[in-house]
Amino acid sequence: MGIHIDVHVCNGCGTAEEAMCVRDCPGDLIVLGPDRRARIRDNRACWDCAACVKVCPTQAITMQLPPEISLRGVRLRGRALRHKTVWRLRLRDGTERAYETPSTGRPPHDPNL
Amino acid sequence: MTGESIEIAADLLIVGGGAAGCMAAVEARERAPDLDVVVMEKAHVYRSGCLAAGISALNAYIHEGESPESFLRFVRRDVHDVVRDDLVLGMARELNAQVHRVESWGLPIPRDERGLPVRRGRASVKIFGERIKPLLGKRAEASGARILNRVYATGLALRRGRVVGAYGLHARTGAFVAVRARATLVCTGGAAGLYRPSNPGSGAHRMWYCPYNTGAGLAMGIRAGAEMTSFEFRFVPLRIKDVIAPTGEVAQWLGARQINALGEPYLETRYAHLGGEKMATQDRLWATLQERRAGRGPCYLDLRGVPPRRLEGTIAAYLSMAPDAAMLMADEAFYARRDGTMAPIEIVGGEPHVVGGHGLAGYWIDERRRTTLPGLWAAGDVAGGCPKKYASGAWAEAVIAVRDMIEAARAGGAVEIDEEDAERERQRALRPLESKDGLPPAAFEERMQKILEEYAGGASRDYGCSGAELEIARLHLERLAAELDALQARDPYELMLAHEVIDRIDVARQLVEHMAHRRETRWHCYHERLDYPERDDARWLCFVNSIRRADGTIEIVERPVERVALDARLPSLVDGAALVRSGG
Ligand SMILES: Cc1cc2nc3c(=O)[nH]c(=O)nc-3n(C[C@H](O)[C@H](O)[C@H](O)COP(=O)(O)OP(=O)(O)OC[C@H]3O[C@@H](n4cnc5c(N)ncnc54)[C@H](O)[C@@H]3O)c2cc1C
Ligand code: SF4
Ligand code: SF4
Repeated sequence: MGIHIDVHVCNGCGTAEEAMCVRDCPGDLIVLGPDRRARIRDNRACWDCAACVKVCPTQAITMQLPPEISLRGVRLRGRALRHKTVWRLRLRDGTERAYETPSTGRPPHDPNL
Repeated sequence: MTGESIEIAADLLIVGGGAAGCMAAVEARERAPDLDVVVMEKAHVYRSGCLAAGISALNAYIHEGESPESFLRFVRRDVHDVVRDDLVLGMARELNAQVHRVESWGLPIPRDERGLPVRRGRASVKIFGERIKPLLGKRAEASGARILNRVYATGLALRRGRVVGAYGLHARTGAFVAVRARATLVCTGGAAGLYRPSNPGSGAHRMWYCPYNTGAGLAMGIRAGAEMTSFEFRFVPLRIKDVIAPTGEVAQWLGARQINALGEPYLETRYAHLGGEKMATQDRLWATLQERRAGRGPCYLDLRGVPPRRLEGTIAAYLSMAPDAAMLMADEAFYARRDGTMAPIEIVGGEPHVVGGHGLAGYWIDERRRTTLPGLWAAGDVAGGCPKKYASGAWAEAVIAVRDMIEAARAGGAVEIDEEDAERERQRALRPLESKDGLPPAAFEERMQKILEEYAGGASRDYGCSGAELEIARLHLERLAAELDALQARDPYELMLAHEVIDRIDVARQLVEHMAHRRETRWHCYHERLDYPERDDARWLCFVNSIRRADGTIEIVERPVERVALDARLPSLVDGAALVRSGG
């Protein structure tokens, strides 16, 4: 299924020369419409890499497993911050779980790794 | 705009701004600040190629107690001896320096209590790699190299048999771009999407390899007559079913073993003769298929009894590399909480790929990473003969290549684009836009995938095929190639899709010739000749290489395997504990 872009949340990245999701998609799948709202050309061509999900400043993009794999399944949102990425997974029953992954810099020493 | 032509001059041209390409740009500018370096990248260097989603390990590294020689021994064993010792050793000697270079740029590499990188396996380092591609891309940008994002290469620029740069098209405008360069590095990755995808419908591109790496660099070389090696060594990943994600996160975090439907750790109980847990990568996949054939399938990663809360670390790890797998595991944990029991996670083989970073397939190169075409070097997944290089090996190869390219560029004189050559390529590249009442790229893609799937050992055929089937594949691919004048693109985006399929058909045709030539089964699943099911060292301990001639015929040549003598006293990677397969 790939991604879903909420056109009511997307602001076309304001006045940025190139919208962030349009810039970062490795398959060049996202375009801005004449209304300056992002849309995906073809979800079948999406690799589900989540690059667009993380980079979107308004968090307008959610990712879902293809329905062929899990019907409604889980929804994913995320945001890349400077030293970490924060994520939210929304489960089938509507509950949400938050996660964080480190991005750059010296990781803390963790004997359980 | 479409119809516009742009010419750019460079000293060094890097085609593909992925793992290898970004490192090559940095190395070139640091070593030779006086040289103009241009990177031609299909997407945007911040999130292009295999590393787009992130990765969780660097799978080629020389840990304490190991050596380049012990690494070579491990590689030799895993690929059953057909390997370029010189390439592997040269790469292995560069690995650690490049890993720590990227660490110094900000890649988080956790350390143990002695300050050493945490092991993921005998030759693998754990990293927090969600941001690895933006990190590399920004370094490449900051190096002063000129980066042409959204320009995808279609062909090598040739002048009197020498490579003098490359041609490309702008993905958004369709403008024709010619870059002339004294030395050109091709690093566009391997070829995905040759076979029918694992998932139907809207999951079609949820495949293992980056679906936007469609073998462009290989196809450009094939069309220019470069010698290619070992395409028949296809790489097939053994992965978590449906999401085609690495199993390492589950095995590593949760200590899950591979079991069959009877609950047996089958690698140990039934395939000890192949090495059990330590068997070669392809044999693991083969053993998993055998279990199914014997009625003991499917096979799983055993998570029974694991409390769902313990999955949280795995979910976080997957988020930074395979977000689909994170969603799948979160869903499994949800059901486990509801049902009171965790189900095992099914594993299967994915689609076969032509990829030199995991397997052997790619350009035939020398130690300096020179291809057989003067003026052209190759590194990373596009280069052959040197398997198990992964991301860190791609960096190592890029650095080795660039050092030689700088010398060659300094020694050689100025180069010019051959106007006739450029015009021929421009017309070829833009032709799908002129085609009327033709067929869309998807039609050609599906036809090609169907042919390879059914006649050249796709997943649905358990990866096996016979010489007679390959003969049919050859015939149908020939017919398909002859129909390419009907390939139609209506806009610049479709033109890119058109080139993706043109390139893959060229790769597919070469692949079938390789598979037809090697009449043995050395690497189960990767090259499974049902009519020659045995490994035959007396006849086939050699490389199968190919060259496409100007008239379109594909000539096969065999090259000997040359051994570098290793000191028998050196420790061998495979003598020790089981490797944790972090997969990649
Ligand atoms: C899902 C996945 C997980 C992996 N995990 C790991 C891991 O954990 N650890 C590890 O060490 N390795 C891992 N690997 C392997 C590693 O990512 C690759 O070996 C490495 O990225 C290869 O580098 P490359 O530069 O050859 O290819 P890439 O990094 O893919 O770069 C190729 C570049 O070429 C560009 N390109 C493609 N076509 C064209 C064209 N026509 N013109 C211009 N540019 C073009 C692409 O956009 C891309 O930027 C993984 C690979 C995959 C697919
Ligand atoms: S998930 Fe990745 S491939 Fe899919 S639209 Fe977003 S950036 Fe593109
Ligand atoms: S990044 Fe977000 S806000 Fe910007 S164009 Fe894309 S969806 Fe809209």
